[in-house]
Amino acid sequence: MVAPVDRIALPWGSRTPYGRHESWPERQDTCLREGVDPDTVQRWVQAASILHSDGDAMDIAVVDGRMAGVRGRTQDRVNRGRLGPKDLFGWQANASPDRLTRPLVRRDGQLVECDWATAMDRIVTRSRELLRERGPGSIGFYTSGQLFLEEYYTLAVLARAGIGTNHLDGNTRLCTSTAAEALKESFGCDGQPGTYDDIDHADVIALFGHNLAETQPVQWMRLLDRLEGGDPPRLLCVDPRPTRPARRATVHLAPRLGTNVALFNALLHEIIRTDRVDHDYVAAHTVGFEELASRVKDCTPRWAADICDVPAARIGEAAELLGAADRLLSTVLQGVYQSHQATAAAVQINNLHLIRGMLGRPGAGVLQMNGQPTAQNTRECGANGDLPGFRNWQNDDHVADLARVWNVDPETIPHYAPPTHAMQMFRYAEQGSIRMLWISGTNPAVSLPELSRIRSVLAQDRLFVVAQDLFLTETAQLADVVLPAATWGEKTGTFTNADRTVHLSDKAVDPPGEARPDLDIFLDYAARMDFRDKDGGPLISWHDPESAFEAWKRCSAGRPCDYTGLSHGKLRGGSGIQWPCNERAPEGTDRLYTDGIGWAHPDVCETYGKDLVTGAADDVVEYRSLNPDGKAMLKAAAYLPPHETPHEEYPFQLTTGRTLYHFHTRTKTGRAPQLNEAAPDVWVEASPSDASALGLDEGDLVEVATPRGALRGRLRVTDIRPGLLFVPFHYGYWDTGGGHAPDGGTPGRAANETTVTDWDPASKQPLYKTAAAALRRVERGDGRPAPAPTTTASAPSRAGTVPDTVGGPSALVTESVGAPPDRRKEQPE
Amino acid sequence: MNGVTLVLRALHHGEKHLAKELTAVAERHRTEHEVHHVATDLARWSHTHVQRLADTGRDHGVHLGDPSGDDSAGVLSTLREKTAEAVVHRPEPGLLLLRDLRKLHLDAAGNSLYWEMLAQAAQATRDTGLLALASECHPETLRQMRWTNTMIKNLSPQVLTSL
Repeated sequence: MVAPVDRIALPWGSRTPYGRHESWPERQDTCLREGVDPDTVQRWVQAASILHSDGDAMDIAVVDGRMAGVRGRTQDRVNRGRLGPKDLFGWQANASPDRLTRPLVRRDGQLVECDWATAMDRIVTRSRELLRERGPGSIGFYTSGQLFLEEYYTLAVLARAGIGTNHLDGNTRLCTSTAAEALKESFGCDGQPGTYDDIDHADVIALFGHNLAETQPVQWMRLLDRLEGGDPPRLLCVDPRPTRPARRATVHLAPRLGTNVALFNALLHEIIRTDRVDHDYVAAHTVGFEELASRVKDCTPRWAADICDVPAARIGEAAELLGAADRLLSTVLQGVYQSHQATAAAVQINNLHLIRGMLGRPGAGVLQMNGQPTAQNTRECGANGDLPGFRNWQNDDHVADLARVWNVDPETIPHYAPPTHAMQMFRYAEQGSIRMLWISGTNPAVSLPELSRIRSVLAQDRLFVVAQDLFLTETAQLADVVLPAATWGEKTGTFTNADRTVHLSDKAVDPPGEARPDLDIFLDYAARMDFRDKDGGPLISWHDPESAFEAWKRCSAGRPCDYTGLSHGKLRGGSGIQWPCNERAPEGTDRLYTDGIGWAHPDVCETYGKDLVTGAADDVVEYRSLNPDGKAMLKAAAYLPPHETPHEEYPFQLTTGRTLYHFHTRTKTGRAPQLNEAAPDVWVEASPSDASALGLDEGDLVEVATPRGALRGRLRVTDIRPGLLFVPFHYGYWDTGGGHAPDGGTPGRAANETTVTDWDPASKQPLYKTAAAALRRVERGDGRPAPAPTTTASAPSRAGTVPDTVGGPSALVTESVGAPPDRRKEQPE
Repeated sequence: MNGVTLVLRALHHGEKHLAKELTAVAERHRTEHEVHHVATDLARWSHTHVQRLADTGRDHGVHLGDPSGDDSAGVLSTLREKTAEAVVHRPEPGLLLLRDLRKLHLDAAGNSLYWEMLAQAAQATRDTGLLALASECHPETLRQMRWTNTMIKNLSPQVLTSL
């Protein structure tokens, strides 16, 4: 069966229902450029999506050396052939006419084109000067969640052992650091416990601050298929917005922002009060139950109801759903990670699973998610404020082991303090102690909080900024050197999704102009800097993606994220494979912790833990006395009121987030016509009661202001929680007259003009969902609707009041169900 | 006046002082965002300790003064925050921050030792109410100390090598 479907209007496509414990049917989604059909495609080149963290496997169609479309890979465990809207249309951005094709350097205040030697020489000269005059602590690297594993690992080696700086972090700090920290706090070590296959088996699925339909749309397709099949799961959804999952949930809780810990403590209170505790599991695999039970003893639903502004009866119903589950799957995302008390709240979800014994069995699992496609790899490779291979910076044996792998002295690798997190790096740059910041594949001038501050940091004369990107982003416009990078489809490498599935993404076409793969750029820099190991050999001895992967395998050997059983060759042709993959598990590992807790012993754990409220580090002595046998740790946390609460001048709560059709700062999705037209400009969501109290209507141009700044957008009236405003964070200035910032003719457009500089003390993740704001009308809309999609959580409160979001003929996608997959002509370039 | 009263008085004074200092440090380092926010949260713990000590003192016939006494006058705190913003691009406040964190740590350590004494006296006199107070509050004092220690450990390499 083959049918064309408008996948802007119907983002999740058509249904292939299946029953509990059955396997998810295949459905192959194909989107080809007009005039191209499958028979005229010359090559299909294996890849996976880099516009979200789901890891949708796909093939890139190539015609005459150019990308001509994509199709899903039916043989892959993650998506069984399905693709989301960003996968289907985002590839077009590669061929944008405004791609960077030559390096740029700043001369007399202007960025001018130059050759690679000139640009690299300027970077090397500045690096050497700083090392000589100010030491390695004056150089910082801020990378991405979209480079490949081989690139992060190379960057980690050159930064930590080559330069010897502690300042290397990723923008994954903004998306995944709480997931990692929560896993470390509970299990002693990072590593996703569950697997997407748990969706097939669970009878209750709980989504905590996770708008699955828009963040991982292909897994939402899977959930929709289960909801329409036999023995469907019941859903619990905790989200202040009327998301698609919220509309399908058995119980939907829409708490006041910043109160997750109070709510989750009440849920734990009810689970313990009704004795839904798996006492055998708790005794065998955990420490800290008595403490947890006593700390939530007074956290009744009635107590939480006032704090969270959710009826106590609803909290009771939610606890009943969780407590009665036979196989419970929980997923957690930014509604928890970017909110007040982020780690403390995320850890309570781990606690829920530990006390219910819902771990390591089909359908019983927890997925601490992330937003970006390669965020897992920054965590593993040590490019996200950790040492590579989940090694413990406080454990001298781990550092010595890493030094052995790199053939350097342990003292070469800074480990006197935790690797510096991104927010602190920007503070050091603001203060003047970091003098060079190399930014690869990310756009902090739009994505970090409090943008007027970030722009002032990046614009300092004394700070030497290198920007490595595909386009002249807002950040690149502030840089001293701009390096044109190749991207997905133009280079080869691997990356790992949110459920530990490693995919290979092959080169399909040449990059434009002189753009180079990020790996080549890092290798070039390392060669020019002449980094050496302790025997005088080259510190970095690899030269291409495959040899870099082999080097990473040696670093990962024996660690939880063991890649030794994988190779580019093994990943080419079949399905992605979940780590650990080694001699003992040659086909990978679907679930961690199937037989107890593996990486929490004091000698092997990645961290000795932190105070969830203060972020203070525990030491090995404390850890050993708390957890001598390496069990999972039940850590309680008391609720603290948020740092910024509404008051007379700023009466609303403000949250930011993503929309289905865009990724990050729209550098790619804003250049894919179907995606751009589905959500072409910023908007502001408010509830009907708040809109009517202020006399506002759909489409009115409004201003959202906080003590940090303001933005303007058109109003969409939705069923969002009263008192709450929502603004999507994707929109910046590259496609406005302002260029990189608001100016006289360009009002504020980026959500982060308004957000507060505050981060979770344990995970150091910035809190984007915690501001107090004012709302006022700038001009009437007079019937013009907000540029917000109607297909998503942004749907208007009253259906039919604004035109439906559709894609039209250019958004038609072929969906083949039950057809034998076409595996011809599958080859890398 | 017996020994317990003496310790209650000293601790009441010490916690009140620490609450005030945490608030002042939060304001003085408005542009060190983590310090600002966490110090503000931790001041709340000391405020609660002050309140509970006053209540316990009353049970022991000791008047420990007005626990809500807030010394951070509006003008002064605004001044401190403005000063922080004025030197946002300067490295020297890093040294001041280390000094302030050290002072907070020593103040918290002083309180911790008083809590130790109070707990010991409570056990010796079998005063369960007093023992409960000490065992509930003292861990928070220790957490205040661990926080200042962690911040000093994390920040001093950069601050001290970049001047």
